[in-house]
Amino acid sequence: MLRINNLSARIDNKSILKNFSLQVNAGEVHAIMGPNGSGKSTLSNILSGKKGYDLSGEVLFENNNLFELETEERAHRGIFLAFQYPLEIPGVNTNIFLKTSLNAIRKARGEKELDAIEFLRLVKEKAKELKFEEEKLNRQLNVGFSGGEKKKNEILQMSILNPKLSILDETDSGLDIDALRIVADGVNSLRKKNNSFIIITHYQRLLDYIKPDFVHVLMNGKIIQSGGPELALELEKKGYENFN
Amino acid sequence: MREKELEKLKDYKYGFTTDIETIKAPKGLNEEVIKFISNIKKEPEWMLNWRLKAFERLKVLQEPKWQKPKYPKIDYQDIYYYSAPKSASEKPKNIEDLDPKILETYQKLGIPLQEQKRLNGIAVDAVFDSVSVATTFKDKLTEKGIIFCSISEAIQKHPELVKQYIGSVIPINDHFFATLNSAVFTDGSFVYIPPGIRCPMELSTYFRINASDTGQFERTLIIADKGSYVSYLEGCTAPMRDENQLHAANVELVALDDAEIKYSTVQNWYPGDKDGKGGIYNFVTKRGLCKGKNSKISWTQVETGSAITWKYPSCILKGDNSIGEFYSIAITNNHQKADTGTKMIHLGKNTKSKIISKGISAGLSDMTYRGLVDISPKANNSNNYTQCDSLLMGNKCGAHTVPYIKNKNSKSNIAHEATTSKISEDQLYYCQQRGLNSEEAVGLIVNGFCKEVLQQLPMEFAVEAQKLVGISLEGSVG
Repeated sequence: MLRINNLSARIDNKSILKNFSLQVNAGEVHAIMGPNGSGKSTLSNILSGKKGYDLSGEVLFENNNLFELETEERAHRGIFLAFQYPLEIPGVNTNIFLKTSLNAIRKARGEKELDAIEFLRLVKEKAKELKFEEEKLNRQLNVGFSGGEKKKNEILQMSILNPKLSILDETDSGLDIDALRIVADGVNSLRKKNNSFIIITHYQRLLDYIKPDFVHVLMNGKIIQSGGPELALELEKKGYENFN
Repeated sequence: MREKELEKLKDYKYGFTTDIETIKAPKGLNEEVIKFISNIKKEPEWMLNWRLKAFERLKVLQEPKWQKPKYPKIDYQDIYYYSAPKSASEKPKNIEDLDPKILETYQKLGIPLQEQKRLNGIAVDAVFDSVSVATTFKDKLTEKGIIFCSISEAIQKHPELVKQYIGSVIPINDHFFATLNSAVFTDGSFVYIPPGIRCPMELSTYFRINASDTGQFERTLIIADKGSYVSYLEGCTAPMRDENQLHAANVELVALDDAEIKYSTVQNWYPGDKDGKGGIYNFVTKRGLCKGKNSKISWTQVETGSAITWKYPSCILKGDNSIGEFYSIAITNNHQKADTGTKMIHLGKNTKSKIISKGISAGLSDMTYRGLVDISPKANNSNNYTQCDSLLMGNKCGAHTVPYIKNKNSKSNIAHEATTSKISEDQLYYCQQRGLNSEEAVGLIVNGFCKEVLQQLPMEFAVEAQKLVGISLEGSVG
């Protein structure tokens, strides 16, 4: 599904990713762990299409060169980023945002757009699954939401858009244990043989709830080690500093 | 020469409407021209005298200079004050002759081809749908005693009403452009709602046949008699192209006891091309008088067009317990400039006013909100609430807020809130990551920003205005 070959990224002449390579197949869950400043968020930004990086190397998504696709085109093809810091958009109703987003993607794929009633039925069902208060759907997007509510809102959007490749950028940070479990349930319910995940995190604890197929340790812009779930536990025990 | 033209006019027994192409007032501004206009319209003497009085006053007035947008000097002797409707040779022959950008906007707004032609003064074959629609509407209005016609017709048929109210809100010696309009206005709308009548439909210039050719000095007068209600829509969302660069319209509203007038405008005159070439100067004077107690006047405007927009729809709250409202969205892009806002003059007791202004500037444009809230010593227990928000797109545009606040009454209250924000790259990126392209993203964010004002518009208008807001800002990101 996703092949990253020797990706290097610079911003303002600072090198962030260095010859980074990774392959994610359909149905796999990859966890990427690393300390602050290791390049984790840069990776999620580049995959989702944020501008401003000097890039070299190659990223293929379903055999298409990702660099040739606009941000929204990547979304249309099924790449979703759960933001580390979801944005507030004053005046824009959460439901309307979600509906606009879903229909933009459906339209781009040549699928029928949902009308208001169909959409509301879908969003209510998903909100219930994620224990997301319906009342919040009528509020301005992320405005006045707590950190945890914002993160849950990201997962709600993910479950409505049903992407092929979901990237979760530190979705667990700022979540209490109940919210963490709900987020994990949301991810697990989307785990199907065609859907893949890249889960970026500092901590092992999210991985107690979402069992990854692979764990990669990212330091200084490079993967220094890859392994199974046990690697996360080892990392947790040793800490990043002593890991090398 | 001038004499001859006047002679010809008098001789022409079928009136001027059928012999359109040959009639044109001579260039320039003088008494003869004003007489010419008045004559062509077969106006009674009092009307002509009123115009001439305005003209006398105009001679000593100067153009105001305090506004932010500056414009090149206008040569008032180089303008035709009466040339409407335009002759066929001056009109664009084909729809293809228009700025392709306009055509693209029509497509996006879904304006039918016939309508596109009408808006641009391209000859349209005989009858089109709105004419028959207009007739039906007219019958319904007549039934209720509502008068809705051109101001020229009203001067002929309802002189007592016109005489009583014209200039009662915007006096002929008001300021340069208003006075210019009083001297040379060509046509416009007239509305009278009898006591106790609630106008059963939105009145729109669209339903007044020939409304699009009222020329550059339009004059509108709306009177809501005791206990009546009317909602009036001016303009349309489609871009309007016009050869005349200067537009100086006057709009007067009068609300008597317990009456309410809701006046909504979508102004989308040609803003000039993206390099700032061409475009309309829209210097309009709009003022409402809440004359009676418990009366209410509400202005809602969506201003997206014109090279320069310079207007302050105002309310004079004279009647006790009267209410004035101003809801505004002003958008400037490319090289457009706007200096707009309102004046709320509280004279009566317990008067209330509310101002919600949303300014959006993009490209190289410049936007100023300028507003006056004036509470007189006698206006006990009055209050005003002003909210003034500016949204910037990019870093080459400007937004300014200039509130003038005068509270001369210790029992009255004024509250003013202002914010300035910028659409951030991150907000756009967030929306794009959710599948919206950059223009859809801007449309969504901006419509969210303007929501409070859009909600004030009549339903069918609001949907179009929402689209227009997005379209006006196209090309302003990335």
